[in-house]
Amino acid sequence: MSCPEARSDVVGRGRKRERDTGIGIALYATMRRDLLLLLRRPSTALNPLAFFALVITLFPIGISPDPALLSAIAPGLLWVAALLAALLSLDGLFRNDVEDGTLEQLLLSSRPLPMLALAKVAVHWLSTGLPLALMAPVLGVMLSLPLGSYGVLALSLALGSATLSLIGAIGAALTAGLPRGGVLLSLLVLPLYVPVLIFGAGAVQAAIAGTGVAAHLALLGALLAVALVFAPWAIAASLRISLNG
Amino acid sequence: MWAFIHKLGSPKGFYAFSVRLSPWFWVAATTLIGGGLVWGLAFAPADYQQGDSFRIIYVHVPAAFLAQSIFVVMALAGLVFMVWRIKLADMAATAMAPLGAGMTFVALLSGAVWGVPTWGTWWQWDARLTSMLLLFFLYIGVIALRSAFDGRDSGSRAASVLTMVGVINIPIIKYSVEWWYTLHQPATFSVTSRPAMPTEMWLPLLIMVLGFYSFFIAVTLTRTRNEILRRESAKRWVRDLVGEGN
Repeated sequence: MSCPEARSDVVGRGRKRERDTGIGIALYATMRRDLLLLLRRPSTALNPLAFFALVITLFPIGISPDPALLSAIAPGLLWVAALLAALLSLDGLFRNDVEDGTLEQLLLSSRPLPMLALAKVAVHWLSTGLPLALMAPVLGVMLSLPLGSYGVLALSLALGSATLSLIGAIGAALTAGLPRGGVLLSLLVLPLYVPVLIFGAGAVQAAIAGTGVAAHLALLGALLAVALVFAPWAIAASLRISLNG
Repeated sequence: MWAFIHKLGSPKGFYAFSVRLSPWFWVAATTLIGGGLVWGLAFAPADYQQGDSFRIIYVHVPAAFLAQSIFVVMALAGLVFMVWRIKLADMAATAMAPLGAGMTFVALLSGAVWGVPTWGTWWQWDARLTSMLLLFFLYIGVIALRSAFDGRDSGSRAASVLTMVGVINIPIIKYSVEWWYTLHQPATFSVTSRPAMPTEMWLPLLIMVLGFYSFFIAVTLTRTRNEILRRESAKRWVRDLVGEGN
């Protein structure tokens, strides 16, 4: 009688130790590492922002500086430019990890790869999606975006860019092992970005027109929920494919 | 039953099966498409509004059907390949992809040609046209991703994942008509309600659709056979078949 108890005690203690270095720690360590890397090399986070501002600058030069015209196309321009900036930053999401062997360590880890991938995507969103969303209203002023839509613009971008990061990470994981994955990545990912763009830009346009914004934001949230459920598994499967060759 | 499925799942078994079956589908495809074309183009009554230009429907609708179904079939094949590691499924998906891309292009092109007499424009940023165009890009992405990998196996698995991810685009295509208010007419065929067209107009269309599906099956069977020969060229039965090594 005492023997099984003792064994269960040992198993229990083993489990406890397992829990101490459990999934929470692994997520924290992955996020901390990625954030530290960002702090050491801030240009990876700043370049997309500069790109965003530059592209927005090009449109008034290329089309017309007329405020009436610009304010009409501003929601779409801001959304497309932010989407391209987020896309641009995706290429490096897993590439460095593949090259320096970090990804192999992540694959060897006993923690579930989808969760670790989710942590990396979360950092990607924190470093590109969120800053883009915060910066968009400033650029909106330059495009004379009508008053009353700035909050919706930032909110829709923050919500939508999280979905963009999740979907884009699948493409980034698929092309991580390829020598020149950049153009291929945009070919794979951009068609999948379209629903987010439709509802994101739609939310801003609805805010300007004064019709219901909630429906668009709810659909953006729904897309994010679906992506949150499915994308981590697809990212993990793609990472395994990229690494095992 | 299981023994049959296992035999079918092996490249050698499928090859023999395909050799026997594909001529029937080729015959069905040629007669159905030929008959449907003659009926639809020459004998079906002209539309009271669109005149003879409506006859583009006999190419446009079957091509659009195939464009969407082939992607779903490819995703199913990808799932079978990823879950059960049946290589044959991936060979079939490889064989289907160019046909799917081609059918999407035919649907887009015939739609553009049809748009000129009816809407007065080659291109309209309508929901279904746009999602069809996106489907075309998805096909190109899958084909490009597969060829970007040096190793065949990783290319196959990457393409399978992308196809399964891309298949979420199919419901968007289907429901985009309801999501946006558009110029495009709603779906031609519906299971629940009677077709709005008179019988002598939609019957040739049905024949054309069946013909296009037979064509799809015939092409897939034949192209998969070529793919088997290409990939299994080191196997003894393939060498025996093509008369090498004797």
